Amino acid sequence: MSARPVLHSDDIARALRRIAHEILEARRGDGRLVFLGIPTRGTALAERLGRIVDEIEPGVAEIGSLDVTMHRDDLGRSATRAPAPTRIPAAGIDGSTVVLVDDVLYSGRTVRAALDALADHGRPRAVRLAVLVDRGHRELPIRADFVGKNLPSSTSERVFVRLSEVDGVDEVAISQ
Amino acid sequence: MKHLLTTRDLDREAAVRILDVAEEMAATADREVKKLPALRGKTVVNLFFEDSTRTRLSFESAAKRLSADVITFSAKGSSVSKGESLKDTAQTLVAMGADAIVVRHPASGAAHRLAHAGWIDASIVNAGDGTHEHPTQALLDAFTLRRRIHGADARGRALDGTRVVIVGDILHSRVARSNVWLLATLGAEVHLVAPRTLQPAGIDEWPVTVHALLDDALATEPHAVMMLRIQRERMVDAYFPSEREYGRMWGLTAERFAALPADTMVMHPGPMNRGLEIASVAADSTRSTVLEQVTNGVSIRMAVLYLLVAGVEEERA
Amino acid sequence: MSGLIVRGARLLGGETGDIRIVDGRIDAVGSVDPAAGDHMIDADGLVALPGLVDLHTHLREPGGEASETVLTGTRAAAAGGFTAVFAMANTSPVADTAGVVEQVEALGRQHGYATVRPIGAVTVGLEGRQLAELGAMAASRAQVRVFSDDGHCVADPLIMRRALEYVATIGGVIAQHAQEPRLTEGAQMNEGPLSGELGLAGWPAVAEESIIARDVLLAEHTRSRLHVCHVSTAGSVDVVRWAKKRGIAVTAEVTPHHLLLTDETARDYDARFKVNPPLRRAEDVEALRAAVADGTIDIVATDHAPHPDERKECAWAEAAFGMVGLESALSIVQHTLVDTGMLDWAGVARVLSTTPAAIGGLAGYDAPLAVGAPAHLTLVDPEASRRWSTDELRGRSRNTPYTGITLPGRVIATVHGGVPTVLDGALVDADTVATTAGGR
Repeated sequence: MSARPVLHSDDIARALRRIAHEILEARRGDGRLVFLGIPTRGTALAERLGRIVDEIEPGVAEIGSLDVTMHRDDLGRSATRAPAPTRIPAAGIDGSTVVLVDDVLYSGRTVRAALDALADHGRPRAVRLAVLVDRGHRELPIRADFVGKNLPSSTSERVFVRLSEVDGVDEVAISQ
Repeated sequence: MKHLLTTRDLDREAAVRILDVAEEMAATADREVKKLPALRGKTVVNLFFEDSTRTRLSFESAAKRLSADVITFSAKGSSVSKGESLKDTAQTLVAMGADAIVVRHPASGAAHRLAHAGWIDASIVNAGDGTHEHPTQALLDAFTLRRRIHGADARGRALDGTRVVIVGDILHSRVARSNVWLLATLGAEVHLVAPRTLQPAGIDEWPVTVHALLDDALATEPHAVMMLRIQRERMVDAYFPSEREYGRMWGLTAERFAALPADTMVMHPGPMNRGLEIASVAADSTRSTVLEQVTNGVSIRMAVLYLLVAGVEEERA
Repeated sequence: MSGLIVRGARLLGGETGDIRIVDGRIDAVGSVDPAAGDHMIDADGLVALPGLVDLHTHLREPGGEASETVLTGTRAAAAGGFTAVFAMANTSPVADTAGVVEQVEALGRQHGYATVRPIGAVTVGLEGRQLAELGAMAASRAQVRVFSDDGHCVADPLIMRRALEYVATIGGVIAQHAQEPRLTEGAQMNEGPLSGELGLAGWPAVAEESIIARDVLLAEHTRSRLHVCHVSTAGSVDVVRWAKKRGIAVTAEVTPHHLLLTDETARDYDARFKVNPPLRRAEDVEALRAAVADGTIDIVATDHAPHPDERKECAWAEAAFGMVGLESALSIVQHTLVDTGMLDWAGVARVLSTTPAAIGGLAGYDAPLAVGAPAHLTLVDPEASRRWSTDELRGRSRNTPYTGITLPGRVIATVHGGVPTVLDGALVDADTVATTAGGR
């Protein structure tokens, strides 16, 4: 089984920069922009996106993380996982635009759980979804607003996202 | 992890994991919606053969915050105390659909028996069994210590080098036993203080330093002093001559409290006998963690219930 | 006259021989020619022992029939190779009057599986305050010679002194349950590191040893006979050894379970291992085995204590003390003493038959397997081995501690006064036994 690289370090950086611009362009009004990463790699991506946005428009981005473990619909069907920290900016999320950030969009179930989890923290004005890779095969009516790369795949394939903060290297690969 | 019966079963990694999950549970207390859906559809039974409003409410609150259905069964004074066996009671509760049974029992080993006799298949949480163990109390004590020492940076950490003095009726204390094993596992340095009459057989083999006199133990400048409740009826059984003498020799008096290092924490599992094992000035000081312990109890019990009940067992997953 | 021939058994001297039984007595031993109509038992490879005698059995009747009756208890006894049992007095009503002991003795006689010799209570109601009518029980049809408050210690030194003095006049013996009550209030298991860890109230060895020390001195002072029930500690062995050396008339027993099991069995809080006196340390087990081998401990007695499931399927502190032992006793003795080379089969006959009969004043056991003696015998296959389970039990209760352990030896036949009670390893049915025994 060999993994075929599809995005290298500079591809990832380019994709994130593009997404950052798209997010700012899509933003209406001057409300707060809160990037919430879904642990583990979504958190790292949210931090990167937030930094890029901050370079373009200083002071706009707020960054946090949103753990979805306890809202997953397969919680009772798999081994218990310890929840990761949730960090919500001190001002909360009421009235802000929340951008959920994850590495791979697949069935859509993680995002559904994230929308549930988010509701426990308040009522944003809007929620957007940014992902590095969309590999298709949705099982729920969910789509991403900002996509780094569309990666058509078969369900028997596996998509690996590696990020330097977690894995020591930036790479997206696909394997049979 | 299927049951929580004794802290001896927890290795360092498992113990830190529970404390870390409890941190996430504690964080939910500040949210707009405090309830989590993790145990939706699960049934948690609180089976209390012994009165303990504090522990019962803490477990009830924990299970409800996780969206479990909660049935509380105070077995004291019911058919149970009139001769129905532990086995029959447990089987009845499982027939009602219990996924987890939180059991408090006056007999040591009752929780262990429920878990291992082959009568039932539910997860068992020991909420205090006789003079054996009270593992969630020890976990909440460790959690309280870790939060006070490491603050926001506590996740992932143990209690290496933390010096804890536990004082009082070690012989009859389930809190002491659970704390000894857990604190030692987490790397803390544990000192026990009790008159010889209240030291259990074999205490010399425990991973602790034993002192007969409180002042010897306090001279180690501990990070925390945990005072155990002393039952007044022990006096009748000749474990000690009088309350006055006990208080003078093993109580945290105002003088002893004043002589402690300025940052030494004062812990007590409650309910306190003020003026006997602990002076009010100590119990009410900012260094007392008594109320924090109560708050942290809910977070710890949420973590334990979540880890035991939310998923399927790892072997089967 | 037709008889019963045991063909080719290993006799106590180690030689192989036949045994012919006629009319309830041993008619011939050695090489026997069968007469017409004789029944044969093929005993090739089996050891012939005299019928076993248990000086310490709880038959529970009257009052505890849910746990055991004289019938079910003596069936269990027969299955274990016993032909006589001494029935403890802690029934309800207590066996503290001639009426109760005669009733128990008569039930044993009626069923025929084993001779039942009641033990009388030392004090009225086992309460330790007032002497029971020991003389009346001795003079009754039950001919009581052993008196015990077993389950309770005769703790009051004055009552114990008087009992020892009084029993000497009727040729009896006091069998003491040595347990200092104040030192064992609420006690649940052997006091040691494990009791401290498990949070179970400790039962210190000294609570047994101090009573034995006191009682041997009282026996010396009163020039009376003392029997010590279920010795469980190395210290108790030392005290008994000292007393015997001094010439004091003391005998001592040990249970099979104290020869095998230790306090570690409590770790799982499984109340099948809860027993009085408690299971002790491995060092104690070693000392007890050595004491049987060197004669310091005179006999092995089962302390067979049946309890219904619900008294064991509960928390440890709420459970009853005791374990059944009649069916397993011989296997445990073989496992712990014979197979370890500490005792030969003649020694087994001594500790499980001749000596307990002598202590209890039971006639007919003083000349084991001798021509002319009553035909009480047991045939055991020492090469057999069984994975123990409750299926091996023949009494009414199931509280055996040996489930899952592989034990050696199996009783193939038991003959009580010429009446086969076990044949081919199975109990003979109750009607046949009662009819055959009644015909004698």
